[in-house]
Amino acid sequence: MSKLILERLKAQFGDDILAVSSFRGDDVAVVKPSRWLDVARFVHDDPRCDCTYFVDLSAIDNCDPRTDELDMDDRFEVYVIAYSVAKKHRVRLKTRLSGDEPRIASVIPVWSGANWMEREVFDMFGVHFEGHPDERRILTYDEFKGHPLRKDYPANRTQPLVEYRDGTFNKLGPFLQDEGMPLNRSVLPDERQ
Amino acid sequence: MADVTHLETRTLGGGESGFATTKFEALLGWARKYSLFQYPFATACCGMEFFSTASPRYDIARFGAEAPRFSPRQSDVLWVVGTISQRQAPVLRRVYEQMTEPKWVIAFGTCASCGGFYDNYATVPGIDKIIPVDVFIPGCPPRPEAVLDGLMLLQDKIGRCDRTPETLKNTALPDGAEEALEKLYQIRMKP
Repeated sequence: MSKLILERLKAQFGDDILAVSSFRGDDVAVVKPSRWLDVARFVHDDPRCDCTYFVDLSAIDNCDPRTDELDMDDRFEVYVIAYSVAKKHRVRLKTRLSGDEPRIASVIPVWSGANWMEREVFDMFGVHFEGHPDERRILTYDEFKGHPLRKDYPANRTQPLVEYRDGTFNKLGPFLQDEGMPLNRSVLPDERQ
Repeated sequence: MADVTHLETRTLGGGESGFATTKFEALLGWARKYSLFQYPFATACCGMEFFSTASPRYDIARFGAEAPRFSPRQSDVLWVVGTISQRQAPVLRRVYEQMTEPKWVIAFGTCASCGGFYDNYATVPGIDKIIPVDVFIPGCPPRPEAVLDGLMLLQDKIGRCDRTPETLKNTALPDGAEEALEKLYQIRMKP
């Protein structure tokens, strides 16, 4: 679309913009975590950027628990996508967080729509958002332990709220042992049963 | 409910003055199976197929099961239509417990029956882990014909006062069906 935002960001923040890239109209800026809120505010307030429309905020867990340390430095990538309705351009801001107690400033002061998105990222990845007014789980329940979209969350771990009935009732499940098809999931070796 | 293994009903005499002898359980079962008030617990895409079954084209009213009741106290059949997440499980359990006896449960579709392809932290792998189920209807989603077949299976069970679980399964084709299908295929493949 337009590399204008990236140029404005580089001029304004200099080395605090760690990298920029453009690919088929997707403009991406990688930001230092300490300047996250400042960059977001600039993208929103600057009249030539004017990205007042908040599209999405989410995160990615980049570690592979088979090979990587869980507290590696750039484990989590939090990104926010912002759009300018007036100027019809869009930018993606990224930042990389350590796997050990990931923390980032909340962008709710800039876009209030980020509230539930940040709650979701907290719920799924355990990233804390400083300054969030209501940092609670949003999709799972309060009793849930851990964060399910972290790569080190065991693929086969469930945390039922209602205790399962045991199989001694006079009604049984629909499938016998040799019926149905198992899903071949990649499960870490020590979790195989 | 007593286990009724022999439900003999005999009609004595003919014409308008005849009378029938039966057992009380059999009469009760017969009366119950044609007036099922249903509680649709529709949570996912299977709900569309449920509406289709309930609407005039497939017309579930033909089976005396047309009245949905959105209060568990007034319903006889709990239709669990769609995926049940772990977070919804307490709600489903509570709805089931609020229903008055006699009550029946139908697991509608693969997700309600066994969790379907949602094999993960969020989904209950089959509602029979939480509540007892009478009839499982597989399909993703099942066609209305399969749903009606499941309903008839349930009615059959209610009539027999039977509470064991049943699954609709693909059965072997009846005699002569394969030849008939082959003929049909030949006719359709003709230019």
